[in-house]
Amino acid sequence: MNAVGEILENLDWSPLIISLKTGVVATFVSFFLGIFAARKVVKAGPRVKAVVDGILTLPMVLPPTVAGFFLLLLFSKRRPFGEFLFTNFDIKIVQTWTGCIIAATVIAFPLMYRNARAAFEQVDVNLIHAGRTLGMSETKIFWTVVIPAAGPGVVSGTILTFARALGEYGATSMLAGNIPGKTGTISQRIAMVIQDGDYLTAGVWVVIVMIIAFVIIFIMNIFTGSKMKNVKRW
Amino acid sequence: MSIKVRINRNLKDFHLNVDFECNSDRIGILGASGCGKTMTLKEIAGVEDAADVYIEVNGRVYADTANKIKLKPQERRVGFVFQNYALFPTWTVEQNIMAGIKGGKEERARICRDMIIKFELNGLEKRLPGELSGGQQQRVALARIMAYQPEIILLDEPFSALDSHLKDRLNQEMIELLSDYQGIVILVSHNRDEIYRFSKELLVMDQGQVVLNGDTKAVFENPQKVAAARLSGCKNIVRIERLSNYMYYIPDWDVKVSAQGAVPEDCEYIGYRAHDFVPIWGEVRESGIAVDLKSVAEFPFERKYFLHSKSEDICWFVQRDMWKAFDESGMPDALELREDKVLYLN
Repeated sequence: MNAVGEILENLDWSPLIISLKTGVVATFVSFFLGIFAARKVVKAGPRVKAVVDGILTLPMVLPPTVAGFFLLLLFSKRRPFGEFLFTNFDIKIVQTWTGCIIAATVIAFPLMYRNARAAFEQVDVNLIHAGRTLGMSETKIFWTVVIPAAGPGVVSGTILTFARALGEYGATSMLAGNIPGKTGTISQRIAMVIQDGDYLTAGVWVVIVMIIAFVIIFIMNIFTGSKMKNVKRW
Repeated sequence: MSIKVRINRNLKDFHLNVDFECNSDRIGILGASGCGKTMTLKEIAGVEDAADVYIEVNGRVYADTANKIKLKPQERRVGFVFQNYALFPTWTVEQNIMAGIKGGKEERARICRDMIIKFELNGLEKRLPGELSGGQQQRVALARIMAYQPEIILLDEPFSALDSHLKDRLNQEMIELLSDYQGIVILVSHNRDEIYRFSKELLVMDQGQVVLNGDTKAVFENPQKVAAARLSGCKNIVRIERLSNYMYYIPDWDVKVSAQGAVPEDCEYIGYRAHDFVPIWGEVRESGIAVDLKSVAEFPFERKYFLHSKSEDICWFVQRDMWKAFDESGMPDALELREDKVLYLN
């Protein structure tokens, strides 16, 4: 026990902060992008749907390193787009915290998108028709009728997105690298200390990750549980 | 009070081709499921796209493809009561009722209060739709629409999801609640009783087309079309062969009928309501249809006999008083048609 106490005392907490920040920002971005994409896809015709859905879901089924490869192709300063960003806007993606966010967002986004889409498709289309015939604007119908009716699906999508973003490793290590205090996330720290044979420190981080993940999911379940208690779904 | 509707829409395996004009304020559309009734309502409301439409309500054009007019559903002032009422599940009764009311906060609250009183929803203001009974949900749906002050109300099979004992009561209740509504109401249903008691004017739809349009009572008395007769509840419809202007033969029942008035030239079928047969015992006369019993369905106040005749079965409904008599006399040997009850169809 003393050994664990000693580790905790001298622990560099920066990976925790970086992971949480990355998770929150990536979830925030994915939430709106996912809902936006899901809404567009639900409205689209069958062919467009098949193609767009395939593209949007790819990052979920491909190995994260493949996503990392494409992200590097896109954002590397030696490539046209990355060069363009750097020379015109002084934006650097590779080896930065922005890179962490982009990698986590790309990987976690499909979870948000797919859950939102499945939830929207379950919403009774007559609710939307009713809103329209009652003179409500499309935006109002979407945010006040559709989203709440699809609530449980949207919330579970958000939870999964956060969990996935928090634990992202493959694409992040390629795009953002593992710079301590800058882009070193918990997952990367665990891999690093394992390579050094420091199982004890790795174990401490594993426990921290598990606690965070569990607490967040627990809180969200409680929240949605009380909020959705009276919603009868069919 | 008038509505003009023309819809032409080709789907993969369905063709909706509706054209009607009504001047009544209570209109019924009767049709079997899948005949295009609901789609017609949705076109009027503007929540469904059609290739070619013309819709005009009380002189206001909602949609006119030829002149590139197409009002959004939001601009049409149509009150639509959906089959499942489509109350917003996460909104309280109060919020649902206020959904369509425009204006200031106080004005909206005042209209909402009026509706809650009128539709007897006191005490339920803060409930969610899922916590209400079917009847209460129906009242909320109507209150929400009345608060919106629509030009026209469309009711899409509003009773189909209800238990039969509730159906009857809520049907009556809806008629009462809508009685002081000044605009047009269209009720769509496959149930002839609902349509009969609700509507002044009736449209009969079959396979995407309006086959008959007229005064409700007149249509039920003289349905003219096979589809209309069937939907009006006529159980026996058979082909005829005209022998002369006053005489025809029914091959399926093997009977010759002499009519008192002239049989219409274009008449190909006759309809005969299951209550109207006259039982005959003993020798079968020329005008009698020889029958024997196939099966019987018993109901509390009625029996439905299914009888064999030559090739087409006959459906005969008998009230309790009459079937009691059968206990003494046995089943009749033949049935006769009452000439004045025959419906000439084409």
